Amino acid sequence: MNEKEGSDRELLEITSGEAEHVYYWHCGHYVSKFLLGLRDKKTILGIKCSRCGRVYVPPREVCGRCFATMNEWVDLGTEGTIYAFTVVKLPYIDPNTGKPIKVPRTDIYVKLEGADTCLMHWLDETDEKKISVGAKVRAVFKEHRRGTIHDIECFTQI
Amino acid sequence: MGTRTAIVGVGQTYHTSKRKDVNGQELINEAVRRALEDADLTLKDIDAIVIGNMDHFEAINCVDCWSVDGSGAFMKPIMKVTTGGSTGGTLGSCAYYHVASGLFDVVMAIGWEKNSESDTQAAISTCADPILERDFFGGAIGPNAAEYAMYMKQYGASEEDAAMVAVRDHNNALNNPYAHLRKHITVEDVMNSPVLCWPIKLLDSCPRSDGACAVIYAAEGRAEKIASRPAWVHASAVSHDYVYFGDYDWEAMPTLEATASRVYKRAGIVNPLKEIDVMELYLPFSTCGVIWMEHMWVCGRGESPRLIREGVFDMDGELPVNPSGGVLSTNPIGATALIRIGEAALQIMNKAGSRQVPNVNTAMATAFGSCYWFEATILRSGKP
Repeated sequence: MNEKEGSDRELLEITSGEAEHVYYWHCGHYVSKFLLGLRDKKTILGIKCSRCGRVYVPPREVCGRCFATMNEWVDLGTEGTIYAFTVVKLPYIDPNTGKPIKVPRTDIYVKLEGADTCLMHWLDETDEKKISVGAKVRAVFKEHRRGTIHDIECFTQI
Repeated sequence: MGTRTAIVGVGQTYHTSKRKDVNGQELINEAVRRALEDADLTLKDIDAIVIGNMDHFEAINCVDCWSVDGSGAFMKPIMKVTTGGSTGGTLGSCAYYHVASGLFDVVMAIGWEKNSESDTQAAISTCADPILERDFFGGAIGPNAAEYAMYMKQYGASEEDAAMVAVRDHNNALNNPYAHLRKHITVEDVMNSPVLCWPIKLLDSCPRSDGACAVIYAAEGRAEKIASRPAWVHASAVSHDYVYFGDYDWEAMPTLEATASRVYKRAGIVNPLKEIDVMELYLPFSTCGVIWMEHMWVCGRGESPRLIREGVFDMDGELPVNPSGGVLSTNPIGATALIRIGEAALQIMNKAGSRQVPNVNTAMATAFGSCYWFEATILRSGKP
């Protein structure tokens, strides 16, 4: 027995192991219709509150401000402007895959034309000097679409 | 307003990046013992306990039950509250509500975290909607980095303006024996540190720490007997408007503006810059220390960089901010906002040691959760 094994001063750390813990998130009618819009029509759908007039994207059933049910769908198309952005340079673990994310990666908040809230997505430019708040952008769609937010490949400056 | 309530005791652990010498219960116990010692109370005096952390960091869900040996909650009422980064602020509000309700005389709030036990960025990312936003979230840093990119464009502010906030908080931490990071830094050091999420760099950013904090609240009648100079709660407010991160209006910062307005109104504060003696603010990034001052009505839009350069928020300035070194020097997330309240109370109680600001009668503490949830507390030396 070496000295270390016999020591009562060793501080142990136990790992959780190779966990695979899969979730199945339900989209409901509103988010499903939004994702089907991406998959089948290559367009971005929003929803308008008939009480306060705000247009939300992503669409949801209830306007949190008015607590009113929304039914007025709005086709927002594919173009908008950059409201805010960051270029992510520090890799971290993607909680959905357990793998490190690929960097650099630009995360943007897009204000689509006709919307009052922003859609979050990626931009295909990772040099911060070539990106500006307020720049016009357009969604780039994937050829093979599966009804997820990643049916939009990314946004690109136009 | 309910029963008048004051803070009468504060305890915290020494904070560091990894406390392998203690498990979670033992870490909690360190803070609890120190708070009891500070108030000269025993566990028998505690009527109820509220405890909180962020479940995802340790993957332990029933912290209220799991921590009983350490917290001292054996056969006492204990409940868990958790609101992300603002958990510590919610713990303070909850302990205050318990006492103010008249149902409990002495209540202890405990916040703790062992951030070293998992990947902090991955855990924080789970606060973003998994179907639509999580993949574009940029971890804990993403939204705040984007917010500053936007602010710079709008007001012509610079990365150096934020670096000056980092220098202030980091260098204040040199006076705080409990702080995790205690190293003198300069604006050049900040500017030369690696970019994490542009424009936020390593030294603009909070660390991840292991640590715990406990704060004891007592009702009028008990409070004056326990502490020679209790820190009376004059106002506490919480605001939350998030559904999706893309919904948030960074130009108006409605949750912060509403929270600050509510506590000022309740405490009768008209000019926060003149009427508040010290602030312990939950600023997870230096950039927040630029923008958020404006939304707390301390100065007008776009004026913050000038006040920072003039030293208004320095230790010897008109309104010292974060004498403890703030979140940029110490960040055990579930405890972080409770440390803000505890540090503000220590300033009122005149027990802040070498980080004490002279003659503090009014102090403000804030909390920020990663879903743009803001909380604030106003403490005073006099009763409300």
